[in-house]
Amino acid sequence: MAVVATNSNPKIASRRVSIWDSPWLNSKFVTGGVIIVLVLLFGLLGPLFWNTDLAFTASSPVNLPPVWDTGGDPAHPLGTESNGRDMLAQLVVAIPSSLKVGLVAASIGMAVGILLGSIAGYVGGWPDHIIRTITDSVITIPSLMVLIAITAYVKMTDTTAMALVLALFAWPGPTRLIRSQVLTLRERGFVRMALLSNVPALEIMLTEMVPNMLPWLAASLTGGISGAILGATGLEALGLGPTRVPSLGTIINNALRSSALVRGMVWWWLPPIIVLIVIFTAFFLMTIGLDEIANPRLRGYGNGK
Amino acid sequence: MGGLTRGYFIQRLLMFFLTIWIGVSLTFAIPRLSGSDPTTAMLLTMMNARGYVENADKIIAAYKESFGLNDPIGIQYIRYLWNVIHFDYGFSFAKFPAAAWSLVTPALPWTLGLLTVASVLSFIFGVTVGSLMGWRKTPRWLNNILPVSLTFTSIPYFMFGILLISIVAFKLHWLPATGGYSRDVNPGWNAPFIKDVLAHAIMPLISIVITSMGGWALGMRGLMIGVNNEDYFLLAQAKGLSPARVFFRYGIRNAILPALTAFALGIGSLIGGSILVEYIFAYPGTGYTLYRAIQEQDYTVIQTITNLIIIITATGVLILDLLYPLIDPRITYKKSVAS
Repeated sequence: MAVVATNSNPKIASRRVSIWDSPWLNSKFVTGGVIIVLVLLFGLLGPLFWNTDLAFTASSPVNLPPVWDTGGDPAHPLGTESNGRDMLAQLVVAIPSSLKVGLVAASIGMAVGILLGSIAGYVGGWPDHIIRTITDSVITIPSLMVLIAITAYVKMTDTTAMALVLALFAWPGPTRLIRSQVLTLRERGFVRMALLSNVPALEIMLTEMVPNMLPWLAASLTGGISGAILGATGLEALGLGPTRVPSLGTIINNALRSSALVRGMVWWWLPPIIVLIVIFTAFFLMTIGLDEIANPRLRGYGNGK
Repeated sequence: MGGLTRGYFIQRLLMFFLTIWIGVSLTFAIPRLSGSDPTTAMLLTMMNARGYVENADKIIAAYKESFGLNDPIGIQYIRYLWNVIHFDYGFSFAKFPAAAWSLVTPALPWTLGLLTVASVLSFIFGVTVGSLMGWRKTPRWLNNILPVSLTFTSIPYFMFGILLISIVAFKLHWLPATGGYSRDVNPGWNAPFIKDVLAHAIMPLISIVITSMGGWALGMRGLMIGVNNEDYFLLAQAKGLSPARVFFRYGIRNAILPALTAFALGIGSLIGGSILVEYIFAYPGTGYTLYRAIQEQDYTVIQTITNLIIIITATGVLILDLLYPLIDPRITYKKSVAS
């Protein structure tokens, strides 16, 4: 990522003390990123070490506590639940699918946001007025509510359908952000210069504006991913998720429906919650780290990077 | 200049109806675009439950007739919008003779009470913490403690609720785990009942407030840092005004305005999150009613609650929007310049 900063202004970069001085090495951003990579590796490399078939019903003995509890079985280190599913295998399968839902939904939202936001900010006039009014209206709709109503009718079969439905509400945030960024960038010298040189609008957008919006776009994407995962988890916890593939929210739903809380089966409901909290915290750290990269004033007094 | 101008009022009113129209139309359009059919789906579950249903195709046809599903889609849509406007949502699928509306109304006060208290508390705490974090004169010890309150920000409300139930209710037995009130108290305006309701509301309230205040705090911190460098702020300090006066009258008073806009925009997601909190705590509000409707595949009740929540949210945003020019006189002026 440091490449971006050095490329855009080689003179200053060469005068820097070292490349480690890059604003992209914000500690919050890097910490969050490393955690996400680790979680992702767990999900991607897991199938190599653990049999994922154990994630399905009746593949294992029921109600086994984790291995460190009395009665635990080393064959199921994190225990099993009441439908005979191995907890470790469920987590291995569920983590990548949850991250995928978030990434797909947020990317679609981002793409729509870039399109609408740049039209609104760049063209102005009545297109801007229409896009802004609709965006502001959609942003205030309680999205989870509408998503519940939709998924209650339309049974979700796979994670892609889930991601598409979530993308319905993933675009207003990026649209607002990109519009306001384009509005300020349009008045900047280098963009005016390009305009006067008769550079096509699309090229100005891609070569002059997008590189300057990069930290904002990235912050919006990480925020969007965690927002989509949050929405997906909420739907799954209510029992509206894809039923065939285990997902983190579905595990929570199964646990709640089988009253795992009252029965003290901590190993059933706690692992998916811990994984989700780790994921959300990591994306949250990345988002505020990126905010600080984009807006140096937020770095505050003394607490620095 | 300033105050509530007519143009601003009309614009906000337009947005109010647009929000409701888009939200309500999405819940109408998407299921129909996907080609799934609630009556067939319900018959299938009936068949699953009872093994065999006599004359299933006739029942489907009768249902379709009585719910008007045979009419052209345009007519259905117009009738649907008309029903939304005058709060007629038909009969409950699962508890047939009962109107969907009558199943939802008893839940409304619970949700509205919980949500209002939770969102106001979370905003007040968040703004206070955030302003202190962004203020240059905040004592160092305080500045080291405050970020701790942001630890829970990235935890979804309902997950925090699950953790609370398992620790506070099942391990420590301090508070009741679920429900709105105990069975042994008499609902009404008597002291034991009110005490009981409050005891049941504490945990849902805490799970929303603790996890949502961090968002406001972070935004407010950024705004306050901006105000710190403004000339009027420096002048107020140079005049030797008391730090408290500078903080409240010059700092918060100016920095809070964009935060209020963010508050209006955030109501929707707050309500969404609280649905899950109610479900976790089996709190007798709309969220829990919704969960039961999902279980029973009671589509009209789901639709009723969805439309109702959309309308309530839009109304809340509209009220905030209309109050806003009274707090910030610049806003109507700015709007007219921008458009």
